[in-house]
Amino acid sequence: MTRTYLARNPSVLWFLLILSLFTLGVTVLSEAYGVAFLSTSFIKTLGKTLCLCLAALAMDLIWGYAGILSLGHMAFFALGGYMIGMWLMYARTEGIVITALSNEALPATAQEIQNGIAGQIFGVVGASELPSVWLFAHSLPLQLMLVVLVPGILALIFGWLAFRSRVTGVYLSILTQAMTLALALYLFQNDSGLRGNNGLSGLQNIPGLADVSQDRISVWFLWASAFALGLGYLLVAWVVSGKFGSVIRAIRDDEARVRFLGYSVEGYKLFVFTLTAIIAAIAGALYYPQAGIINPAELAPIASIYLAVWVAIGGRGRLYGAVIGAAAVSLLSSWFTGGRAPSINLGFYTINWVDWWLILLGLSFVGVTLFAPKGIGGLFDLLQGLRSPDRKGAALGPDDGSLMEKEAKE
Amino acid sequence: MSQLLEVSGVSVTFDGFRAINNLSFSIGPAELRAIIGPNGAGKTTFMDIVTGKTRPDEGRVLWGTKLQSLLSMSEAQIARAGVGRKFQRPTVFEDQTVADNLMMALKAARGPLAVLFWSPKPADHARVAELATEVGLGDSLARKSGELSHGQKQWLEIGMLLAQEPQLLLVDEPAAGMTLAEREHTTRLLVDLAKTRAVVVVEHDMEFVRRLNCKVTVLHEGSVLAEGSLDHVTRNPHVIDVYLGRSER
Repeated sequence: MTRTYLARNPSVLWFLLILSLFTLGVTVLSEAYGVAFLSTSFIKTLGKTLCLCLAALAMDLIWGYAGILSLGHMAFFALGGYMIGMWLMYARTEGIVITALSNEALPATAQEIQNGIAGQIFGVVGASELPSVWLFAHSLPLQLMLVVLVPGILALIFGWLAFRSRVTGVYLSILTQAMTLALALYLFQNDSGLRGNNGLSGLQNIPGLADVSQDRISVWFLWASAFALGLGYLLVAWVVSGKFGSVIRAIRDDEARVRFLGYSVEGYKLFVFTLTAIIAAIAGALYYPQAGIINPAELAPIASIYLAVWVAIGGRGRLYGAVIGAAAVSLLSSWFTGGRAPSINLGFYTINWVDWWLILLGLSFVGVTLFAPKGIGGLFDLLQGLRSPDRKGAALGPDDGSLMEKEAKE
Repeated sequence: MSQLLEVSGVSVTFDGFRAINNLSFSIGPAELRAIIGPNGAGKTTFMDIVTGKTRPDEGRVLWGTKLQSLLSMSEAQIARAGVGRKFQRPTVFEDQTVADNLMMALKAARGPLAVLFWSPKPADHARVAELATEVGLGDSLARKSGELSHGQKQWLEIGMLLAQEPQLLLVDEPAAGMTLAEREHTTRLLVDLAKTRAVVVVEHDMEFVRRLNCKVTVLHEGSVLAEGSLDHVTRNPHVIDVYLGRSER
């Protein structure tokens, strides 16, 4: 009866195998370590895609398994990016300022360096003082802790307020949209201390690695992202495979009944909400150094909706579905919007994919929802010959599982 | 004899409608009790109050030897304190296997972290198999519970209740939709259970109540109309008037 972790999660080994083959393949094709078939910018795109896959895993855990349609998880993703971005920007500016001041006759004091950094970073928004939120920006370990703590605590407080009041369903989705919108609007302000709509930039330049070319750094980040995705997959697969997974799926299907079994539904929702926020934040912290720039537009409500669309198209309720959906849709999206997709000339009208991609995405979302609710992941069921029982005829009884007319005849 | 559950002077109003009106009720630690009453008598609301789903406007609900008030506890806390509830419609988690359903109900720590790091021991698997056999689902452990028939789902839910090891069992119309043989099985099970714990059965079916052969509480318009053996209450003129009289007409 007792089955091991791997037996309960046959997809884990396959996933890790494919992920390592992919990482190895990209490394071999990279400019830095191989035959230079793939450009550095494309490797960055692939690395970023892996981070998006990790965020999609988190989304699948909270939506596909726990049934909470959060439309605010990209806010946690972006917050993770902001937290790491603060250190990247501070440490790099510090290096520049120290170099600049070293030409002076007198050695620069700590205060002078501090002022120089503040002036460099905040000159663009007309400030010269380092805001208090940058208190820990000088220290990588502290700022790495904030990557986890800031989104985690925000999710904890928001989730506690929302779940305690038993806000569910579409109302909770609207609330999470409001959260990410409010956060974006706040960060757009210059005096929020994170450079307003300029955001944080130059994040691709890693302090201390000035001599290392971007070719190499891009591959290193791809490795880190693949490692994080692999670990994330193991973690989420472990979370959903045991009794905990059983309970959260039960909450998704009938939360009142779970309460009468003695489980505190609110506690579980809060736990999953916070855990997934932290996973999303870690994904964001790996994404933005590859993207090079982060600004409040990343917290736009639409970003979180995209995340839900990826998971829906990939197939929610199965982890590899979320990863496939995020990878396929975000790569297609960058292909279409990058102007690389050939336009279709209809004679009277030219379909320009940069404009029409969103329509195509919207149609496929509607199509998947209506005709293939299991998403791309459902194809694996077809391969394995797993099908939902084909039940013909009307139900004999009032309940979902009751025998159907034709079954009863047999 | 000290009581396990003591409900006193409880009233609850929904939009001006008094669903429960100054209701008092108590049950001992090992007792079988049937609650009967016409539709709208407040049977389900009574269960909702005990299980914490509905908060009464006034009154007290005391639990156990420590006389703990159930009114300040959440549904989950009340369930953990030892109150189990079976709904009229079978509510099992259809997407999960019979074994998973039972494992979830099995008495164990209920906190998120404790559950996350919990893994079933051989004794737990044995207990699940034993419960499944007891409710006639011994060879269906790996089946999805959504595939079960209506009666089997009822049984699975009863198995889940047993797994919770409650001290008080609230059972809403257990015999609904069951065949005669299943009813007899259910009767035996309920009588057996009541030897070690309190069992409250809400039922419409007089024949079924007669089989249970226990003390009966008649509810009418949210308060207790009569209490005693079935023969005693069916001779009560008030009961004949509001309940039996109406159904005979």
